[in-house]
Amino acid sequence: MHTQYKKCFVTVGTTRFDLLCEYIQTSPVLLVLKKLGCESITVQIGNSDVEPGDFEKDGIKLHLYRFKDSLKADMSNADLIISHAGAGSCLEALELNKPLLVVVNEDLMNNHQLELADQLHVDKHLYYCTCDTLASTLETVDFSWLVPMSKPNPKAFVKYLDSVFKVKDNS
Amino acid sequence: MGVILYLAISLIAAFIMRVFFLFYKILKSDCQLISPNTCLRTIYCIGSGGHTTELLRLMSHLDSKKFQPRLFILAKNDISSEVKIQEAVDGSDDYTLYRIPRSRNVKQSYMTSVFTTIYATLSTIPILYKFKPDVIFCNGPGTCIPVCLVSFLMRCFFILDCRIVFIESLCRVQTLSLSGIILQFFADIFIIQWPQLRHVCFRAKYFGRLT
Repeated sequence: MHTQYKKCFVTVGTTRFDLLCEYIQTSPVLLVLKKLGCESITVQIGNSDVEPGDFEKDGIKLHLYRFKDSLKADMSNADLIISHAGAGSCLEALELNKPLLVVVNEDLMNNHQLELADQLHVDKHLYYCTCDTLASTLETVDFSWLVPMSKPNPKAFVKYLDSVFKVKDNS
Repeated sequence: MGVILYLAISLIAAFIMRVFFLFYKILKSDCQLISPNTCLRTIYCIGSGGHTTELLRLMSHLDSKKFQPRLFILAKNDISSEVKIQEAVDGSDDYTLYRIPRSRNVKQSYMTSVFTTIYATLSTIPILYKFKPDVIFCNGPGTCIPVCLVSFLMRCFFILDCRIVFIESLCRVQTLSLSGIILQFFADIFIIQWPQLRHVCFRAKYFGRLT
């Protein structure tokens, strides 16, 4: 693997994902990320039960914060995005054409998030794993195998709505 | 005494017939709405997180001149959505925000959710009566159930003639959300974003990925 993923961005969206926020700070994960060329990790921790702050560990700079109005800047600056399986976070990352690894939160009821992660993986847009397999997944996958996701096309839907919802013509 | 009883029974029978008629119309996908006005009063049911993003993206593709004025209904403790809404409306001022209690919090038991949903439903009656929507767009969070329920009931009583458009979240690939399972019987237009869902929802419409 020749690509260097210098800046890594981790996000849990509006949720609470304690395990991911803890695991991302552990040495096994940090060392694998270092091997991928990572120099800094920004973690958006949301409502998770960890402390925000800045520190350095295993030669990597970490910056943890809870929320920002928009994650677009942090995502744009990242070379690799590790995200919870929320649709919003996934779509934001994929629309910026960033290599994406989704971590599925096994604590969520019914875990329907896995459905989307799995389908997007089948379509070759992302990889996914759980917290337990985070380090091993980062070590084995090749992000250059992923393909960009095409843009959504609501034209047919809008046309259908226009055909069923009619208003008085103003002209 | 007999007259009052007779009247009561007739009214109840008429109401039941009206409900059946509406269900028949909905299940047949007869969702046409021809408005005498130049625009349709629209409600967007805002959830939190991903739901908000998805619905607002969808809204950006709709003709804002046709679907206005806009009312955004969101849950009382939803902070992040308000910022997203303000960005999405992009400076226009023909919109309002209204907050209702949450019908169900994440991980809340289904048993207690029945009561919190009833409470949320009662809180929704005044705003729906006041706003009188023509169209309601929702994509699955708990906030949409009270709104759609009240809209349906008001339609039964001829107070509203509103159409419900339900777009299942992109998250839902193999199974419907709980809101989707309920609203597949109440939504005039039911849309899925993955073709696999056709197997679990008999009247879903598929237009590809919308968000």
